[in-house]
Amino acid sequence: MEPSMASTYNDILERLRFHLRQFTGPDVEITAQTDLINELAIDSVKLLNLIMEIEDEFDISVPINALADVQTVHELVNLIQRIKVARQ
Amino acid sequence: MSLLDKLDAVAAARKALLPEGVEVFGMPIDEIYSSTEAKIGDHRILFLGTNNYLGLTFAPECKQAAHEAIESEGTGTTGSRMANGSYIGHRALEHELADFYHCHSCIVFTTGYQANLATISGLAGPGDVVLIDGDSHASIYDGCRLSGAEIIRFRHNDMADLDKRLRRLGERSRSTLIIAEGIYSMLGDKAPLAEIVELKNAHNSILLLDEAHSLGVLGHTGQGLVEETGLIDEVDFITGTFSKSLGGIGGYCVSNHPQLDQLRYISRPYIFTASPTPATIASTRAALKLLRDGTQLRSQLWDNVHQLYSDLQQLGYRLGPEPSPVIATILDSPQQALALWKGLLENGIYVNLILPPAAPEGSSLVRCSVSAVHTREQMNFVGQAFAKVREVLSK
Repeated sequence: MEPSMASTYNDILERLRFHLRQFTGPDVEITAQTDLINELAIDSVKLLNLIMEIEDEFDISVPINALADVQTVHELVNLIQRIKVARQ
Repeated sequence: MSLLDKLDAVAAARKALLPEGVEVFGMPIDEIYSSTEAKIGDHRILFLGTNNYLGLTFAPECKQAAHEAIESEGTGTTGSRMANGSYIGHRALEHELADFYHCHSCIVFTTGYQANLATISGLAGPGDVVLIDGDSHASIYDGCRLSGAEIIRFRHNDMADLDKRLRRLGERSRSTLIIAEGIYSMLGDKAPLAEIVELKNAHNSILLLDEAHSLGVLGHTGQGLVEETGLIDEVDFITGTFSKSLGGIGGYCVSNHPQLDQLRYISRPYIFTASPTPATIASTRAALKLLRDGTQLRSQLWDNVHQLYSDLQQLGYRLGPEPSPVIATILDSPQQALALWKGLLENGIYVNLILPPAAPEGSSLVRCSVSAVHTREQMNFVGQAFAKVREVLSK
């Protein structure tokens, strides 16, 4: 990953962590490998609401059909990054 | 996890939520007495959860029309209209619905679910955007998925949120279909149509309004929210169902855009579903006449709505934001909702239990739907039952 890409990735990850914190206690570590469904127990409805928060946080549109391939925090960061790049 | 293991997981989740032996979903009904009463087990039960807003399921005109259609045209069409043709009734009902809405075109579908599936997937496609209210009905979500368009949600009835999402789309808002509902099926609240129209015009989008729960209920002639707000000319496509106020089964889409007719050739749910039966079409045509002339029925319906909403409010139930024929009591947990639902059934009243994830915002609902033909005595009986159950549950 190029340095600027890595910095964007880390920035997205950090901001995403803030929104994911609502699904877990303060002691639970949220890493890129954290599984959204199995570890954070984010069901389909919670995920849809989380996506609206993400859209506002990053000022992007995230089609809910793009979520089919998202299982981990890393995959969600990548999706946000792809949408941001495509918009530029 | 194997295919069958997944279903075992569903069964386990159901069992954890609902006690053994309680048939909450798909309640066995043993005899139907009227539009408002039935026999469940050994008990006479009052229907307060069947969307029979005008009570037309037993209207003599509708039953007679259905009988005559079976005698003259048989029990079914045995195929789609594309393959097996369009009967006189199909064409007549489309003409009558277009006339009812003063619209150029109408397509009739076999179910209300299919009407949304077929219309949305016919209008939008890959590369387009559908912008839907977060509380949309499953048929809207499924139609959007089938379309292949990008699906974006806006917060329920939040116009600043809709505006923000349209702005984000930029030029793509021109190929965006906005979808809202006349009355939302969960909480019974109406869409802020005037503001939605303003936004769709500002962003050059297309608007589809689903009047499933508002047909027959709102507006002088019962067209729905479009009539109540005087905005019929501003809504591009209107869908709806025959299975609520019209007491049958089926759905429709009307529009002043002549392009609507092309859906007959590209919309897979329309092309590959058998067409409505002659009896269904005939009873719906008869019901539509009654609905158009049903000012008195609507007046009775709204009297009943205001009575129940006010009774439940006074009893301290948490309700949806405004009185409507869909009156939802909002509970904090599935267990509380189940207890209320069971208590009402034991007191002779059948309502709908709605649990997460079907209910919005993680809530649980006990949903009532009021009918024009509920009598004053029946509405008083309902109020008393809610009071009795509340007393028991608060102990």
